[in-house]
Amino acid sequence: MDLFIAQFLNGVSSGVVFGSVALALVLIYRSTGILNFAQGEMALFATYMTWQFTDWGIGVVGAIALSMAFAFVAGAVIERVLIRPVEGAHNPLNVVIVTLGMFLAINALALIIFGTTERKVPYVFPTDSWDVLGTNVAKETVGMAAVLAAECVFLWALLQKTKIGLRLRAVASNPESSRLVGINTGAMLMLGWGLAAAIGALAGSLFAAGETAFAGSSMQIILVYAFAAAALGGFDSLVGAVVGGLVVGVANALTIQYVDLLDGIELAMPLGLILAVLLVRPTGLFGKRHVERV
Amino acid sequence: MSDHQQQDRTAPRHMAARDGDRARGADTVAGVPLQPPTPRPVFIARVVVGVVLTAAALYAPFYFTPSDNRLLSEALYLAVAAMGLNLLTGFTGQVSIGHGAFFGFGAFASATLVDDYGWMFEATIPVVALLTAVVGLLVGFPALRVRGLYLALVTLGLAVLFPQVADKYATRGDGRNIPAIRPDRDSFDSLLEGLENDQWKYYVCLVTLVVLFFAAWNLTRARPGRAMIAVREQELAAATVGVNLSATKLWTFALSAAYAGVAGALSVMIEGNASATNPALYFQLSIEFLVAVVIGGTATILGPLVGALLVVVLRRNAEELVSGEPMLSPALFGGALILLVYVLPDGVVGGVRRLFARLGRRWATYELAPDPLSRSA
Repeated sequence: MDLFIAQFLNGVSSGVVFGSVALALVLIYRSTGILNFAQGEMALFATYMTWQFTDWGIGVVGAIALSMAFAFVAGAVIERVLIRPVEGAHNPLNVVIVTLGMFLAINALALIIFGTTERKVPYVFPTDSWDVLGTNVAKETVGMAAVLAAECVFLWALLQKTKIGLRLRAVASNPESSRLVGINTGAMLMLGWGLAAAIGALAGSLFAAGETAFAGSSMQIILVYAFAAAALGGFDSLVGAVVGGLVVGVANALTIQYVDLLDGIELAMPLGLILAVLLVRPTGLFGKRHVERV
Repeated sequence: MSDHQQQDRTAPRHMAARDGDRARGADTVAGVPLQPPTPRPVFIARVVVGVVLTAAALYAPFYFTPSDNRLLSEALYLAVAAMGLNLLTGFTGQVSIGHGAFFGFGAFASATLVDDYGWMFEATIPVVALLTAVVGLLVGFPALRVRGLYLALVTLGLAVLFPQVADKYATRGDGRNIPAIRPDRDSFDSLLEGLENDQWKYYVCLVTLVVLFFAAWNLTRARPGRAMIAVREQELAAATVGVNLSATKLWTFALSAAYAGVAGALSVMIEGNASATNPALYFQLSIEFLVAVVIGGTATILGPLVGALLVVVLRRNAEELVSGEPMLSPALFGGALILLVYVLPDGVVGGVRRLFARLGRRWATYELAPDPLSRSA
C-alpha cells in the first residue's frame, strides 16, 4: 500500500507537468485550431533561458519569471511572423508543416546556442518531504500541484472574468464575427500564443528543476504524454487538459510499477488510454460536440 | 494593363476559374470534363519533359557514382512511403504523423524473412505489402473511429511506440544487445549480369515505385478516388451521396500502410539493416514523409516523388554545408521547410501546374474558341 501511494504521488507530480504542457496546447488549439507540435521545443528553449539566467546569478524564481516573460514575447512574435501567413490557408496541412519545421529548428537552435551538454536548473522547491499519516509526501509534488492550481485559477479568471478574456473567447468561437464587432483578432491570437508559450516555459522550467539534469531531447516524450492528456480531456477544455494530465501521469507511474507485460513499452499505456476514451466518447472526457453545417 | 483585362474577358469561362474552386486532385477524376482541352504547346512540352525524364531515370545509375545512386535509391523509397501517405492525407484528408511505424514494421518483417527464413529479398516485397496492410487494418480499425486531429495524435503515439516494441521483440543478440536485424550483405546482390549492386538496387526501387505510382494514379482517377476526395472535402455530404465513410477511410489507411511497409522493405536493401537503435528515428521518418508530400504537392501523383528528391537533397546539402556543426543541419532543414510552405503553398507540383495553367490560358486565348461544353459557373 505504501508503494502504491508513493507511485501514485510520483504520478501526480509528473502528471502536473503533462497537464501544464497540455494546458498550453489546448490554449493554442482553442484560439487558433492549430496543433502546435513545437510546443515542447518552445518550452525547452525557455527552460534553457531559465538555466542561462540562473547561470548569470539570478535567483531561480526570478529566472523563471524572466524566462516566462521572454517566452510570452517570443510566442506572440512566432504567431505574428510564422503562423499568421499560413493561417486559414487553402491547405490546412501547411500549418502542420510549419509547426513541425519549428519543432526541428527550435530544438536545433537551442542546442546551438546553449550547447549539447546536460544542464541543471536549481531546485525551486525544498527537496525533503512531509510526513502525512505515515507516508512521505514530497514538498516538490505539493509545490508543483499548487503551481498548476494557480495557473488554472489565473486562466479561469482571465478568460471568464475580464474583457480581454471575453475577446479571446469570442475570437476562438467565431473570428469573423468578432472582427466585425471591432475586436482586434490578430492581437488576441498573439496573446493566446504568448500565454501558451509562457505556460510552457513555466512547466518546462519546473520540470527541469525537479530533475537531476535536462538535455535537448527532454521535452519530446513529455510532448507525447501532453498530447495524450489533451486528447483525453477533449482538446478544447482547459479543465480537461489538467485532469487528463493527472490521469496520464498516475496511470503511467502505476503501469511502470505494476504491469510487467508492458516493461520497456510503457508508452503503449497513454496510447491505449487515448484510444479507449475516444472509442467510448469521441469528443474526449470534457470536450463539446460540434454540430457541422454542410 | 487594359489589354490584359481584355484577354481575361474573352477567355472561356471555365479557364478563368481559379484553381482553388476545384477540389485538389479532383481534376484527375475520369469522366468529369472539369479541365479544358490541353493547349498544344503545353501538351508537346509535357510529352518532351516526360520522355526526357524517363530516359534520365533509366540512364541515371550508369551516370552517377555508387554513393549518388544510393542517395537516389533513398529518395525513391522515401517517395513510395510519401505516396502512401499522400493517398491517406492528400486525397482522403486523414493526417497521419505515424507512418514511420508502418515503414519500420515493413523493414523488420522483410529483414526477418531474409535473415531467419532465407527468403530471396525481392520475394519479400509483396508479402511485406500484405502483412503491413493487415497491420494497417488492425490499427486503423480503432484509430479511424476518431476524427482528423485525433488520428494525428494516435499515429504520433504509434511512431514513438514502435522503436520500443521493436527493441523488445525483434532484438538480435550477436552477443551484444543491438535492436537491429542485419541480413547477410550478399542477400541483396544483383540478380542480373552486367549490373553492379548499386545499380541493381536502384532499379529494384525504381520498378517498385513505377508500379505503385501507376496503381495510385489509376486508383485516384476511378470511383475509389472520387470517394476519397469526397471524404476529404466534406464528410457529411459524402455520406449522404452513398460513400461508405468508415470503409473508405479504413482501406485507404491499410493501403497507405502497405505503401509505407514496402518502402521499409526497400530501405533494408539500401541500408543493409532494419534498426531501432535510435528511438526517434521512426518519428523523424514520419515527419519526412509528410514533408515530402506537402512540399511536393498534396493530392498530386508526381508530388511525393518531387518532394522526396527535395528532402533527400536538402538533408544532404544541409549536412555538407555545415560539417562540424551537426545541429545546424536540422535548423536549416526546419527553416527551409517553413520557407517552402510560404513560397509554394500548394507544393512544387502545384506551383508548376499554376505556371502551366497561366501559360496555357495565355496561349488558349489565341488558339481556342470558347468550348461549347464549358459549364457556365
